[in-house]
Amino acid sequence: MLKIKNLHASVEGEMILKGINLEINPGEVHAIMGPNGSGKSTLASVIAGNEDFEVTDGDILFEKANISELSPEERAHKGIFLSFQYPVEIPGVSVTNFIKTSINQVRKSRGQKDMPANEMLKKIREKSALLEMDRKFLSRSLNEGFSGGEKKRNEIFQMAMLEPKLAILDETDSGLDIDALRIVSDGVNRLRTKENATLVITHYQRLLDYVVPDVVHVLMNGKIVKTGGKELAKELEEKGYDWLKEERAEMSS
Amino acid sequence: MELKDKLMSSYLAFEEQVDLENDIHDVRNKAIKFFEQTGFPTKKLEAWKYTSLNSILKEDYSIFPKKEDAIDYKDIKKYLIHDIDTYTIVFVDGIYSSHLSRTTHDKLDACLMSSALDKEKYKPVIDKYFNKIVPEESMTALNTAFAKEGAYIRIPKNVVAEKPIQVMNFFTSNEAALMVQPRNLIIAEDGAHVQIIERHQSLTEHPILTNSVTEVYVGKNAEVDYYKIQNDKTTSSLIDNTFIKQERDSKCSMHTFSLGGKITRNNLKFFQQGENCNSVLKGVTILEGKQHVDHNTLVHHTQPNCESHQDYKGIFSEKSVGVFNGNVLVDRVAQKTNAFQSNNNILIDDTATCNSKPQLEIFADDVKCSHGCTIGQLDNEALYYLRTRGIPKKEARALMMFAFANNVLSSVKIPEIKKRITKQIALKLGVELGFNL
Repeated sequence: MLKIKNLHASVEGEMILKGINLEINPGEVHAIMGPNGSGKSTLASVIAGNEDFEVTDGDILFEKANISELSPEERAHKGIFLSFQYPVEIPGVSVTNFIKTSINQVRKSRGQKDMPANEMLKKIREKSALLEMDRKFLSRSLNEGFSGGEKKRNEIFQMAMLEPKLAILDETDSGLDIDALRIVSDGVNRLRTKENATLVITHYQRLLDYVVPDVVHVLMNGKIVKTGGKELAKELEEKGYDWLKEERAEMSS
Repeated sequence: MELKDKLMSSYLAFEEQVDLENDIHDVRNKAIKFFEQTGFPTKKLEAWKYTSLNSILKEDYSIFPKKEDAIDYKDIKKYLIHDIDTYTIVFVDGIYSSHLSRTTHDKLDACLMSSALDKEKYKPVIDKYFNKIVPEESMTALNTAFAKEGAYIRIPKNVVAEKPIQVMNFFTSNEAALMVQPRNLIIAEDGAHVQIIERHQSLTEHPILTNSVTEVYVGKNAEVDYYKIQNDKTTSSLIDNTFIKQERDSKCSMHTFSLGGKITRNNLKFFQQGENCNSVLKGVTILEGKQHVDHNTLVHHTQPNCESHQDYKGIFSEKSVGVFNGNVLVDRVAQKTNAFQSNNNILIDDTATCNSKPQLEIFADDVKCSHGCTIGQLDNEALYYLRTRGIPKKEARALMMFAFANNVLSSVKIPEIKKRITKQIALKLGVELGFNL
C-alpha cells in the first residue's frame, strides 16, 4: 500500500531524513520508534504532505502511484490520514461543522454528492460513542481548550469518520492518562481491517501494548537502523536506544 | 470648480427649494457657515490621519439629482432582505421612491424626513431631537446644511416594531457623478423595540459620494438593533456619521458589515446618558483591491453601571487598507463601567495595510476596561491541519476566515441577515461551503 524508497527530506536546508526505505501492506500495523530528534515526526509530516519539508530525493508511492508532488488535501482524498502529535486549535469552527466539511470535501473529490444529513448525524453519533465522547464536545470549537486526552480522542474520532486506508498516528500516546490511552487504542483497534494499514509513531513502547504492531522499525538520525517484530519494542523499552547506537558505531567501523 | 466652492454656491440654490421661515433653516445656516470655515477634513486632523478624501473630492459631483430614475423592483430585489416581511424606505439618487417603498404610520412612523421637517404636527419632535447629538464637525455640518431628505422613524412608547425597517439608498446612472446627503432620524421611545437595516447601493459605474448623518435616540428600557450593510461598488464612497444617545436601561447594538466600496468611513458615536445602558459595536470588514474602510468609534460612558462591547474583525487582501480607531471615554462619575474593546485583523497579502488604534480615556477608578488589537496572518499550521483532513486550500482559508468573523456574525438577531452576509462572504472568497454558522 505504502512504499517509501530512499526518501531524503530537509527543512530549512537541514537534512532530516537521510534515505528511508519502508513498505507497508494492507492489514499491517507498523511501528516506528526512535529517540527524540531522530526524524519520526518529520517522516509522518512528509507522508502527509507538509509543505514546510522539502523532499530532496526518493519517492513515496501510495497504491503504486507516486504521491511526492501531491498537496496534503490530495493525499487525504486518496485515503491518508495523520493523527497530529499537537492538534491545532481552531476557534470558531465546531467539531461537527469541521468533520462535516471534511467528509463532504473528500466525497466531492471522489465525485460523490454530500453525505445526507441524517446519515452524517448517525455516523457522528456512532463514532463519537466509540471514542466515548460527550455530545457537548461536538459543538465546541475545534481543539480549543481541549485537554491532551480530548485532543487525541478527537483525532481518532476524525479518523473513524474519514475511514482512511493508511492512518499515521504521530505520538498519539503522549499526553494521555491510562484511561484515555485505553479508549484511544480501543478505537484504533476497532477501526483495523484487512484492507487498511496503520503506522504508529512513538517514543515509548507503552502504546504498543495496546496497538500491537506486526513490524517495528527503529529510526535514528534520519535512517531506519533496525527492523524486527513486536519483541523489538520490548527490547528497546528495557535497553533504551543507546545499545543500537553502539551497534551502529561498530558496524560502521 | 473645487467641490467646496460648488457646495457653497449650491447652498444658495438649495435655499430656493426650502422653507426659509422654518426654524430648521437657522440650523442649516449655522452649519454651512461652519463648513465654509473648516472645509473638508484632511490627514492633518488626528481623526483623519489614515484616511484621505482627496481621491474622491476631485470628482465633479452633481449636488441636486434631477429626479427619481425609473427603476423597478426587480432591479433592487437582490439588495433587499425580501424573504421576510419588512417596512422599506427606498431612496433613489437621494429622492424618495414611493412605488418601491412600504412605509407606515400605523402604530409607528416609518416615513420621510422631508415631511417630518415640513409638517406642523412633527414640529415638537423635530424641535426636541433634530441635530441635538451631532457633534459639530465639517462633514456633519455639511450634511446638516443640506438636510432635507432621509428616513424618519419613530417607535412610540412601549411599541415593539414587529417587522424590521429597511432604509435603502440606491444610485442610478442618471448623473455623471453624484453626491447625496441623507439625513435620518430614528427615535425609539421608552420601552420601544426596533430593528433597522441600512444599505447604500450603487447601480451605476459613475462615482457616488454619500455623506450621511443618522441620529438614533434610544429611550429608557428601549432596544434598538441596527445593521449596516456596506457592499457597494468600487466607484462609490460613503462617509457615514451615526450618533446614538441611550437613556437608562436601554440596549443598542450596531453591526457594520463592510465588504465593498471605494472609501468607507464610519463615524460611530454612542453617548450613554443613563445607568445600566448596554452598547454593542461590532463589525466585519473584508476587503481586496484598493478598497479602504475606516472605523472611527466612540463610546462615551457618562453614568455608572453601564456596559459597552466593541468587537471589530478585519481581513485585508491585495492593496486594501483598514483603519480602526476605537475610543472609549469613561467620565469620573461612571463607576462600575464595563467597557471592552477588541480589534483583530488578518493581512492576507504583504501589500495590504491595517492601522489599529485603541484610545481609552478613563477618569473613574472602579471600572473594568480592556482592549486588545491584533494584526496577523492566517495561521499556516491550522491551514495545514485542515488540508490534511481533505479540505482544499481555498476552502480551508475560507473556513478559517469564517471562524475568525464568527464572533460578530453570531450576535446578528435577524437570521436572514446572517444568511445573507454568510453567503456574500462565501461569494467573495469564491467558495461554496456546506456548513452553517
